[in-house]
Amino acid sequence: MKQKIAFYWCASCGGCEEAVVDLGEVILDIVEKVDIVFWPVAMDFKKEDVEALQDGEILASFINGAIRFSEHVEMVELLRRKSQLVFAFGACACFGGIPGLANACSTDELLKYVYEEAPTVENPDGVRPTPGYEVNGVKLGVPEFLERCKPLDEVIDVDYYIPGCPPSVNVIVDALNALLEGELPPKGSVIASQKSVCHECKLNATKPEKILLKSFKRVWEAEPEPDKCLLAQGFLCLGPVTRGGCGALCVKGNMPCTGCFGPLDGVMDYGAKALSYIASIIDSADEEEIEKILEKIPDPLGLFYKYSLPKSLLDGIRK
Amino acid sequence: MSADNSTDFEPKIVGIFCNWCAYMAANLAGTARMLYPPNLRVIRVMCSGRIDPQFVFYAFKNGADGVLLAGCHHGDCHYIEGNVKCLRRYKLMKKILPQFGIEPERLRLEWISASEADKLRKVVGEFVEELKKLGPLGFRGVELEVVEAEKQVRI
Ligand code: SF4
Ligand code: SF4
Ligand code: FES
Repeated sequence: MKQKIAFYWCASCGGCEEAVVDLGEVILDIVEKVDIVFWPVAMDFKKEDVEALQDGEILASFINGAIRFSEHVEMVELLRRKSQLVFAFGACACFGGIPGLANACSTDELLKYVYEEAPTVENPDGVRPTPGYEVNGVKLGVPEFLERCKPLDEVIDVDYYIPGCPPSVNVIVDALNALLEGELPPKGSVIASQKSVCHECKLNATKPEKILLKSFKRVWEAEPEPDKCLLAQGFLCLGPVTRGGCGALCVKGNMPCTGCFGPLDGVMDYGAKALSYIASIIDSADEEEIEKILEKIPDPLGLFYKYSLPKSLLDGIRK
Repeated sequence: MSADNSTDFEPKIVGIFCNWCAYMAANLAGTARMLYPPNLRVIRVMCSGRIDPQFVFYAFKNGADGVLLAGCHHGDCHYIEGNVKCLRRYKLMKKILPQFGIEPERLRLEWISASEADKLRKVVGEFVEELKKLGPLGFRGVELEVVEAEKQVRI
């Protein structure tokens, strides 16, 4: 009998699903070897079908997206029970991702903006979603909005991490091959490179031994010179502190790395490391000049924690 | 953030001090039997350039109400420019802390030479007063062990 695998999405943009589709014909080789028993975006299986499976009957579940609603918790707990292995798939499942940036605001600020203040919203009664509502004796409900957006491993035990926003095809193939050939690394491993993005970057040869910058450039301010390390040109490239595996995809497209593969092994807090690195290459010892140079980073949280705010040490610290 | 104005709030300060200057100053304060508030817990690093922002954030997460960084005066760093790197990181940390809902005043950087025990005492005293005004940092981490027994201790 063929082994079973499942795909599921929580708070995500759909990009991770797209990444699976991007596997192209590789996916045909995979369905030769396994049965996909659950994949809401592409196949018509329901929650009941998963519930009907034996515990541990699924070889592996690939779960993308962050945990934002009570429904996500319910579904991932179910999949955890039914699966031998769980892979956190993509930056949102691994570190909270873009939806995790919502943690910079309180729940009330978020709901107020989305349901009342956003320019496209017309809601004079200030109606907000409530988990339970009764109309003509019928009970209606929507999933509950959790107080924070969480990475997957805050809710269930995760066996492996496949980072990326979305994961690049090569790391997905590596993970599937390792799974199907029984060659998985130790539990808890991140399936990507053990070296930084710079190691894979074609511009690395032009990166000076020591970078010192008098000013930073934002991508919309200047066109990068081709064939010269973006960071050395002043663009805020986070390649030096980001785990490789993508082949420096963004740099190939003339964009600086924004850190979607997350931290390297041994780093507790990606944003703190990125902040530390970028600050250390400022070419000034003068307080005022440093502050002036830092004006080019108006939103350090958005820059350094673009994909990992829910995993940061300080997330949720304010009450 | 709730400001606790009760007089019995004793802020917890984590100090991360360079071995060659502020840490020596703390030793000197000890041998000179100087009195200063017991709110400070010192961690020694070989240079202020070694202070990883992760250390600072970790301290806040685990119950520090304030973090005091201290290194050698400009030109005196034993590793040439470690203190300058510390200054740059400090400036950027000050900028990001409010985005986490933490008042930037809870992080402080001082240059304190090995002989400036008195400056250290003054800085700690001032910082304690300032943090008392700010009140405790609301956090969900683990409480550091608080030594309430004595308000003033010799170190
Ligand atoms: S462009 Fe970015 S990823 Fe490439 S070498 Fe420079 S810093 Fe590293
Ligand atoms: S270059 Fe950076 S942001 Fe782009 S795909 Fe790679 S890790 Fe992600
Ligand atoms: S040796 Fe003291 S700050 Fe570098």
